[in-house]
Amino acid sequence: MTLQLIILLPLLGGIVAWISERRGSSDVRWIALITLAADFALLLSVWAGHPAAAGASRVLLDENLPWIPQLGIGFHLSMDGLSLLMALLTVFLGAIAVLVSWTEIRERIGAFHFHLLACLTGILGVFLSADLFLFFVFYEVMLIPMYFLIVFWGEDAKGRVAAKFVMYTQAGGLLMLVSILGLYFAEGSGHTFDYNRLLATRAGASSALLMLGFFLAFGVKLPIIPLHGWQAETYSAAPTAGGIILSGLMAKAGAYGLIRFAIPLFPDAAHRFAPCAMGFGVIAILYGGLLAFSQTDLKRFIAYSSISHLGFVVLGAFAMNATAYQGVVMQMICHGLSVAGLFILAAVLRDNAGTNDIERLGGLWHSAPRLGVTGSLLAMATLGLPGLGNFIGEFLILLGVYKVSVTYAAIGAFGAVASTIYALWLVQRIFLGPRREGASIRDISGRSLVAAAALIAALLWLGLYPQPVLQRAEPSPRAVMGTPASDNSFELHPRILARALELPRE
Amino acid sequence: MLNELWLIPALPLAGFLALAFLGARMPRGLAGFIGVGSVGLSAALTILIGLRFLGAPPPDNSYTQVLWTWFEVGKLSPQIAFCLDPLSLVMTFIVTGVGFLIHVYSLEYMRDDPGYARFFAYMNLFVSSMLILVLADNLLLLYLGWEGVGLCSYLLIGFWYSDPANCRAASKAFIVTRVGDTAMAIGLFLLATHLGSLNIHTVMEQAQVQWAVGAPLAVAAAALLLGGAVGKSGQLPLQVWLPDAMAGPTPVSALIHAATMVTAGVYLIARTHVIFELAPSVQGLVAAVGALTLLIAGISALAQRDIKRILAYSTISQIGYMFLALGVGAWSAAIFHFFTHAFFKALLFMAAGAIIVSLHHEQDIFKMGGLRKQLPAVFWTFLAGALSLVAFPFISSGFYSKDEILMLAWYSPQGGWHLWLAGLTGAVLTSVYTFRAVFIVFFGESNGHVTSKPGSMMTVPLWILAGLATLAGLVQTPITHLLERTPLWSETAGEQTAHTGELGLQVAAIAAGLLGIYIAWSRFVVHRDSTREWTETAAGAKLCALSASGCGFDWLYDMLFVRPFITAANFCKKDFTGAIDTAIVSVNMGLNYALHASQSGRIRWYATAMAIGAAITLAIVILL
Repeated sequence: MTLQLIILLPLLGGIVAWISERRGSSDVRWIALITLAADFALLLSVWAGHPAAAGASRVLLDENLPWIPQLGIGFHLSMDGLSLLMALLTVFLGAIAVLVSWTEIRERIGAFHFHLLACLTGILGVFLSADLFLFFVFYEVMLIPMYFLIVFWGEDAKGRVAAKFVMYTQAGGLLMLVSILGLYFAEGSGHTFDYNRLLATRAGASSALLMLGFFLAFGVKLPIIPLHGWQAETYSAAPTAGGIILSGLMAKAGAYGLIRFAIPLFPDAAHRFAPCAMGFGVIAILYGGLLAFSQTDLKRFIAYSSISHLGFVVLGAFAMNATAYQGVVMQMICHGLSVAGLFILAAVLRDNAGTNDIERLGGLWHSAPRLGVTGSLLAMATLGLPGLGNFIGEFLILLGVYKVSVTYAAIGAFGAVASTIYALWLVQRIFLGPRREGASIRDISGRSLVAAAALIAALLWLGLYPQPVLQRAEPSPRAVMGTPASDNSFELHPRILARALELPRE
Repeated sequence: MLNELWLIPALPLAGFLALAFLGARMPRGLAGFIGVGSVGLSAALTILIGLRFLGAPPPDNSYTQVLWTWFEVGKLSPQIAFCLDPLSLVMTFIVTGVGFLIHVYSLEYMRDDPGYARFFAYMNLFVSSMLILVLADNLLLLYLGWEGVGLCSYLLIGFWYSDPANCRAASKAFIVTRVGDTAMAIGLFLLATHLGSLNIHTVMEQAQVQWAVGAPLAVAAAALLLGGAVGKSGQLPLQVWLPDAMAGPTPVSALIHAATMVTAGVYLIARTHVIFELAPSVQGLVAAVGALTLLIAGISALAQRDIKRILAYSTISQIGYMFLALGVGAWSAAIFHFFTHAFFKALLFMAAGAIIVSLHHEQDIFKMGGLRKQLPAVFWTFLAGALSLVAFPFISSGFYSKDEILMLAWYSPQGGWHLWLAGLTGAVLTSVYTFRAVFIVFFGESNGHVTSKPGSMMTVPLWILAGLATLAGLVQTPITHLLERTPLWSETAGEQTAHTGELGLQVAAIAAGLLGIYIAWSRFVVHRDSTREWTETAAGAKLCALSASGCGFDWLYDMLFVRPFITAANFCKKDFTGAIDTAIVSVNMGLNYALHASQSGRIRWYATAMAIGAAITLAIVILL
């Protein structure tokens, strides 16, 4: 029951919140916050109840209810260390999202919180599903409330942008559905959607295509270049809470999909595809960094810097070894935390300075030193300063990548220079320089400050003592042992790249 | 017995935290007290621990204190652990001792600054990071300190952030050093992958076991570490950030950009010298980098007008000497020059700072002049520093350290006459630019108005450092002996045996220094007018401009890197690769338009189209 409760609690809270608003209650926000606190406590009790001792079972909780047995579909939920970490991140960032919406959202508060919490339910479902059909359902479920969040509470050309976002994601989702069905009908699968049983299935000749379907679906969510056309506009149009969930959590659903499904279900195909996928990773790191540098809108900046950081995730996931894998998990968490902080920064600037246009800002440190410190710390997290969690993630990823390809590790490492350039340039343009006339703004305070401080404290903790998280994130063997031991190294070579793209002919 | 070791970096860190969270609400006196006191306590503790260490050396001359395991992934488990051995003891002594004097000096220097607490917060964070750097027992923790000092350097260069030029200088420093740091990070990946650890002691031992001399991996590792070192220490080709870093307050220049942080590269190479010994080609490169840097920086210093930029180029040049020493395997000589340089260069910067505040923030040496009488304390202390910088015989500490470097540049197996000659030429250049500044600033006619005289908070540290700059040469032998007790320390060039012709080299070195002073005296005192006239001729002006621009590296990098980057960024700004959706839409719209156009409602068109279609279909059926 625990896992079902964890997933359904936010949805129930959302319904209660909506109803209570209709009945004239003003405590909607508190209801949402308390629901998430309860969910968080539930997750912590799972953490405490299942110590990550060596030799302990990797699966912490497993609940399998029959759903549509005729088709081999079960309501199968399962939680291992990775799922637990992702669920904790989801609920934590959900609470942050509620906090920052406290003053931003003034209309239809109940409906807003219902959609927000429903979206969290979808995301939790994604992280806890052990049935591919169920996973697909949750993957779609999280999309719909997000659409409404953007359409009803967003800004600018929100309708068009939201439609574009949905179409992109749907196109990716369709490819994934085809791949899931392909796996379902593959020889020897026994017509089941159950994850654990599908792990044993070898899709044979079609595995490369099926893997590619998953890769593209998750690539849209991450996003990888060139599937990122929806992202910058959506980030700018979404309300702050929507932005936090989109970048902090839904992008992580893409990353999670890669390391949970795309790679372990098709290890051989993934291994052959790895040089190409890692190429996508480094392109994202460098191109994202270049574009982040040239942006003048803060939210678009966040979008492109996210592309750059999630490039590391793709790079590390396809290195397919334990070091990189743990780095990927760390990077997912830390990017979620730091990007949420950047969205808070954007929200405060929009409220207090009236704009997110970087070119119209400047010299804000004079009047808002606390905001300056917050922004600078987040910039340091972005550029991977040791002592903050992002460094651990990037370091482990690159160390793991180094083991399979020195070239990719070196290119990825120079991403650190790119991120230094754009992060410092951002701080300089917003906070430094002479005090502008009439540019005296209110400093960050109240709930935004609490939320930002919580995020930064978490980043510092992960930077200085990441061991508890890394221990939880120890990979299931399947996620990393797709690499045949004899052939665990490759260099970027045209011939190998060609081989990677080639489909099996048998 | 050395259990308090962790407190040495922790005290300044605590000072930083107190100032960061409460500094804004604190009275200035308390903020200053915390800022200076934390470093002072740390310095006192260093002396105490140092005495205990020397009195009863721990086994193997190295003591490690583990605080906690940072993380554990596979074989790799770097710890938050501090290691004290003779090398780190010398470094810690300088960082806390000179750091403390500079903090005291800052009490007065920054007295009227609105960012008083913020200044001391950053300075404390810097001292703490620098101590983590020198005490780290593994390369990853060293890297944390390494990036930490980089961050503090960034924050302090841009301390007066109202001026965008300062912010640009700060970002430039961070970005340029980050290029080197990236090379170093790749070096860490290499070491961790191939040697299975990042613990410095283990890495050095494993490297000796697993790699032969000249092994490709050893060469790669050494080259990558060198990349990090040249970035941090302002050596060719990454030296361009250091002169601009003078935008920060002068105590910052003294502490970070002269005495401590910029020598981190020297420390790194000395610390990992086993790897460099396994890579003779890279070690040769270290010497070449040092020799070239000391010459280019010396030339660049000749035509600077800003007193701090003169000292900045001089720092680059002196660190060049240290690299030269490292490159010929004279590890102890390099560290000894670091030791004396920390005193005299901090002294020179602080004396320059005293002039700058006395003249109401004037930094142009040509607007000074005749200050010998107006600021006698500053004159005498600056002179002590200057004599040490030019290695004036016998009465300066710089003489002992530089003399040893020049000697070993000639005699050590990796050395040679060309390295010696470069060092000697550098010595002439050093004397010329140093005494050019001394003569222009302190002699001649008075140009500026001394508005205030430095108080005791500033002069006392100056006198202490002047004493140290003069006398520190006397501890050469004890320091060298101490350093030789560093585990894994091998002195390939350290034998103090008498060589034939040693006296000749010494005389040449002394003569070079005196020659430089003479040239400066002749060109800037006796024939000052003719020198000025020469700089106004076409050739003279060009040469001066070249020297003043730091030999054109900024221009070159602007062309090679900055402009292409910005062009590429502007080109990509519209993000055309993200336009897949627009492409799909356009194609569909195009098809729609074509079909729409064909639906004209004219029977004749339809009939024609049907006829053509039928003809084509028939043709296909018949022909195929």
